[in-house]
Amino acid sequence: MGDPAFVLGQVFNGLSVASIYVLAALGLALSFGLMRVINMAHGEIVMIGGYIAYLVMHVVTGPLGLPLAMLAAFAGAGLMGAVLEFGLIRSLTSRPLDTLLATWGVSLIAQQASRDLFGATGVSVTAPAWMSGALTLGPMSLPITRLFILAVSMLVLAALAALLKTTRVGLLVRAVNQDRPTAAAMGVSVRGVDMFVFALGAAVAGLAGVVLALLGPVTPTVGQSYIVPAFLVVIMGGLGSISGTTIAAVIIGLFSALAQMFVDVSFAQVLMLAFVIVFLQFRPQGVIAIRSRALDA
Amino acid sequence: MTTSRQSLVVGAVLVLLALAAPFMLADYDLSLLGRFLALSLTALGLVILWGEGGVLSLGQGVFFGLGGYALAMHLKLNALSGGDTMPDFMQWSGVHTLPWWWALFANPVVALAGVVIVPGVIGAVFSWLIFRRRIAGVYVALITQALALVFATLLISQQGFTGGFNGLTDFQTLFGARLATRASGHALYWITVVLVVACFLLCRLLLASRFGRMLRATRDGPNRVRFLGYDPTPYKVVAFSVAAVLAGISGALFTLHAGVISPALVGVAPSIEMVIWVAIGGRTSLAGAIAGVLLVNYAKDKVSTVLPAFWLYVLGGLFIIAVTVAPKGLAGLIPSRWPWTRPAGAPGGAPAATAPEADAP
Repeated sequence: MGDPAFVLGQVFNGLSVASIYVLAALGLALSFGLMRVINMAHGEIVMIGGYIAYLVMHVVTGPLGLPLAMLAAFAGAGLMGAVLEFGLIRSLTSRPLDTLLATWGVSLIAQQASRDLFGATGVSVTAPAWMSGALTLGPMSLPITRLFILAVSMLVLAALAALLKTTRVGLLVRAVNQDRPTAAAMGVSVRGVDMFVFALGAAVAGLAGVVLALLGPVTPTVGQSYIVPAFLVVIMGGLGSISGTTIAAVIIGLFSALAQMFVDVSFAQVLMLAFVIVFLQFRPQGVIAIRSRALDA
Repeated sequence: MTTSRQSLVVGAVLVLLALAAPFMLADYDLSLLGRFLALSLTALGLVILWGEGGVLSLGQGVFFGLGGYALAMHLKLNALSGGDTMPDFMQWSGVHTLPWWWALFANPVVALAGVVIVPGVIGAVFSWLIFRRRIAGVYVALITQALALVFATLLISQQGFTGGFNGLTDFQTLFGARLATRASGHALYWITVVLVVACFLLCRLLLASRFGRMLRATRDGPNRVRFLGYDPTPYKVVAFSVAAVLAGISGALFTLHAGVISPALVGVAPSIEMVIWVAIGGRTSLAGAIAGVLLVNYAKDKVSTVLPAFWLYVLGGLFIIAVTVAPKGLAGLIPSRWPWTRPAGAPGGAPAATAPEADAP
């Protein structure tokens, strides 16, 4: 327990899990902040990203496989998100709980469809050869795959932040986020912004699917195993804040990795939920809350 | 004939039909009906909590499981043969002394009390922690879902105490009566019918009372309730606890009917499935909720026997249809002048309340 190398190793594991939570939760957090809806089929979009990666890397072998897979998963999952937003979520925006149930229905259908298409046992992706090693850092050995995932999520975070802060589209998103009726009155196409953000969030989830495919087999339920912690990250992060989501992902990732030094995985989950509930006793508005005069913020 | 008398007549006929079912149905159908009626208690709880209280819990399986396991532990200890002091799965998992909290349930009174008290107390504490900080809407749904995940994972991993993935099964006797006989099957069925009728009437009373009115008020305008000087928290906590207790009784009855309780019956997916029963039946209608349980589960039984893989498509479609096409469920399809379809607890056939807006931003 006192072995510093072991503790550091767990910290690294925690950060590595957190980087996956970030990718899985960012899309949820963005659309939750904007539309106050949670997409229960988000985990299945992660899964679809994984299957797209499998298909692409099955066809394109060699060094180009992974970048192409990431591109395809980003685009494919983004398209799925746009379709889902347009076909279902748009008509339910003022009823968040109903959206939850309807998207759960979508998730059940998507899981069964992938089971019928690809089989229940799952498919595996061969990670590129350069990823198989580990970086030795003093007493620690850090798998390249994990480092790659960390790098991907940091790049995604940076790109999203730049998009929101510097581009015109980002300005529109922030405007709708702050005050939807006023933005609409000023001529912003709020529906368009909703759809863009939802599709963007789904695209990021598609990337999460690719990195999960590098870690293990893609199964019809691969999204489910990460989605509940991702929901907790969104709750803890505060409404739709990228930095809040990131901090919450790191806290939850580190907390569960460090808890696993003392208890087994299932008890670590119990502690994680208890931790989130206790945290909400002190900060029900989440890590970072956008200041608001609204009564029911 | 006045409308309230009409509903009384229809209700009485339905109850009589239900009581006479053992003489009319084949054994298989009767056992299905008994199971589904046991599940309908969970649905009644969801009408109070979700339909009338506006709180969507995706973790009812937890309380269902707590009730089920409380009784199953007693049944398991009853089933011990002669020299054994503990269930066999414990020895297989390297547990060598019966834990004290298992030993407690050897007493049938403790076990029956546990079916009600364990879910009730856990539900009350959990919901008080959530509602006192005004956590509402989607947040509650996601936290209760995490609770269901944690509960199922814990049950699977603590194999030595819970029977793990297989759960608890192979029951023999309850109060000295053998469970496997036809007579005890009928007795269990009638007990279930009586409990469902009693809980239905109690829920009606509860929703027609001042408490019911306050609960609907906290659903439709929590801030107005606060401005009028009331605290919404206790009403929501009571609604959550009542729903938890109903789910607990439901779980215990179901365990008796099915002869098994396992993590597969209480996890994330089954917990959300409980919501669809109510959504299909009509979320503010007690009678509709029972009808929803019977219909959805009957359909599940039929579809999964013929085409097992197809059921998930149907279920997924039901979720989508229930909120987009028919948000009021079956109860909303029937003309409102029929009194048994009016929103529960609205005496005198008052028109349905306006759509809930508690979780609007």
